[in-house]
Amino acid sequence: MNQTEIQARESLHPEHIVSPKSYVAVFLALLVLTATTTLVAFVDLGPWNTVVALGIAFIKATLVVLIFMHIRWSSNLTRIIIVGGLFWLAILLALTFSDFATRGWLPILRMRP
Amino acid sequence: MAAEFIPEAEPLHPRDNYLNVRYGVGSWLLTRDHKRIALLYLASITFFFFLGGLFALLIRLELLTPGGDLVQSETYNKLFTMHGVVMIFFFLIPSIPAVLGNFLIPMMIGAKDLAFPRLNLLSWYIYIVGAAFTMWAVVHGGVDTGWTFYTPLSTAAANGHVVATAVGIFITGFSSILTGLNFIVTIHTMRAPGLTWFRLPLFVWSHYATSLIMVLGTPVIAVTLLMVGVERIFHLGLFDPALGGDPVLFQHLFWFYSHPAVYIMILPAMGVISEVVTTFSRKNIFGYRFVAFASVAIAVLGFLVWGHHMFVSGQSVYAGMIFSLLSFLVAIPSAIKVFNWTATMYRGSISWRTPMLYAFGFIGLFTIGGLTGLFLATLGVDVHVHDTYFIVAHFHYIMVGGAIMGYLGGMHYWWPKISGKMYPEGWARFAALIVFIGFNLTFFPQFVLGYLGMPRRYHAYPPEFQVLNVMSTAGASVLGVGYVIPMIYFAWSMRYGKNAPANPWRSTGLEWQTTSPPPTENFPVPPVVTSEPYVYATESEVVG
Ligand code: HEM
Ligand SMILES: [Cu+2]
Repeated sequence: MNQTEIQARESLHPEHIVSPKSYVAVFLALLVLTATTTLVAFVDLGPWNTVVALGIAFIKATLVVLIFMHIRWSSNLTRIIIVGGLFWLAILLALTFSDFATRGWLPILRMRP
Repeated sequence: MAAEFIPEAEPLHPRDNYLNVRYGVGSWLLTRDHKRIALLYLASITFFFFLGGLFALLIRLELLTPGGDLVQSETYNKLFTMHGVVMIFFFLIPSIPAVLGNFLIPMMIGAKDLAFPRLNLLSWYIYIVGAAFTMWAVVHGGVDTGWTFYTPLSTAAANGHVVATAVGIFITGFSSILTGLNFIVTIHTMRAPGLTWFRLPLFVWSHYATSLIMVLGTPVIAVTLLMVGVERIFHLGLFDPALGGDPVLFQHLFWFYSHPAVYIMILPAMGVISEVVTTFSRKNIFGYRFVAFASVAIAVLGFLVWGHHMFVSGQSVYAGMIFSLLSFLVAIPSAIKVFNWTATMYRGSISWRTPMLYAFGFIGLFTIGGLTGLFLATLGVDVHVHDTYFIVAHFHYIMVGGAIMGYLGGMHYWWPKISGKMYPEGWARFAALIVFIGFNLTFFPQFVLGYLGMPRRYHAYPPEFQVLNVMSTAGASVLGVGYVIPMIYFAWSMRYGKNAPANPWRSTGLEWQTTSPPPTENFPVPPVVTSEPYVYATESEVVG
């Protein structure tokens, strides 16, 4: 692609400008969510402890990626790259847990204290 | 591939090329020319290759005799650790991508440079800073954990400089991420007009696949080594069972990167072989799309098999079975490549030039390495040969017999373009032969040793293993000579070699359609591509 083509492409997808207001709003939302995580940590929700903590973390990460990192307004190629990265993380988790989840299946290992 | 201008119209040796436009240390250390950065990398990795080789020499000398007489066991542990760390992280991973890839990718796609020239220079500096940390550790007493840094040894027991070494590798990882990123963006956005994805040379395809691994895998090793450091310094229980961690988790994280990393080493070499085989058989590659997609398939499938390093680690046998099955899948795209190269040579007009000799070496040795990989991926067999010399032989067949042969083949093939000089063909063929003989003498006996039960990573062994070990050490000396000869004649040719024409091999690659050595901007007139990459096939063109 030569210079003029690059320019043509850029004028098709002009850089989106995020207003300072939305930045501040996201920032406040992140602070509120952080506070929530801290507060919830003092309440024992049993098995839900991890779920809630990870859920809040997920929302925060999504906000950062979509707004701070401008993915909401990015090209499809950029989105594919984000999805690809998450998919690779999923591979790491899925195959690692295929070990942790099945270790106890073998009778001999079940005898562990 | 045919470009719109005629190469013969160019002067044989242009007055201005990337090597002589500017002189002085500053013009090199601050360059943004991808070709000069490639040479910076070449100098650095050559240093590490010989340093790693020195450690290997000491290892082989110790193993000449059954008793542990040359070095103490602790020193021996440090030697094989530093050999592995230096060779893998500071030589093989950057080797072909950072030198040949850096030099050639912009030229092969008809661009002036990579997409981010400053980032490219930065990647070299990051590599040097990382190397400095690791070298500090080497000089101040070394590390003895093996290049694999297994926990809890590395976090709770080893008393070498684990953290400094790990920090060095951590930092160097970023240089590899930046290189990968740069290649991906360049290949997406800077192809010459007419250069569609399926007109890309296979070297570019294999580097695209390699870059994906670099970008997706390297962050994981970085985080893992960081975790080792955190556990070692702050005793946070991540991997050490005594602190509530899980040591097998370390192996999962480590091999999630390090198995794909073996493909960072072999895929670029496969790219070199594809170019060399077509050029010196004077035939179009057989099954272009298969070879191109095989690279991507290897990159993706390579991420699904890491558990084959952990069959006897305490990993669940059920996970082991899955990893075993998935490992067999990777062999398919690898085999596709081997078959397609042979099919390309079939009825070709083969010339026995040095790069082609290395390509032959690669194909044979990679096949042996890959097939023994399948033995190892077979769960039951691996229980027997795990952590024996069989493993050592397997990966050296691929990394030394495959990747380094590919690297040397590529260095010879593109040396006229890089330096503007021809290397002495007779010496080069002789050295290729020496490398092949030395290699097999070094590593074939190790298959036998491992099968007979000699474990890896010990400095002493039972006397009945001595004959095979003596063969291996003898082979290593021959191999060493085979590596020193090219060093000498490459350096010699810089001054005394014949001037290289633009296209000494009559290749159709775009990089050959400009002068040797190329001007800083690569092509005086930006090329336009009008055809497929390997247009050799018409009968009338076949010349002996
Ligand atoms: C055809 C595909 C391959 C298969 C199925 C395969 C399989 C294996 C298996 C199962 C092991 C573990 C053996 C053990 O520790 O008990 C292993 C080790 C190893 N392989 Fe491969 N391999 C393949 C290709 C490669 C390639 C292309 C490379 C390098 C470029 C490579 C480098 C290594 C290394 C470095 C180790 C040993 C790591 C260590 O423990 O230090 N392999 N391979
Ligand atoms: Cu592996």
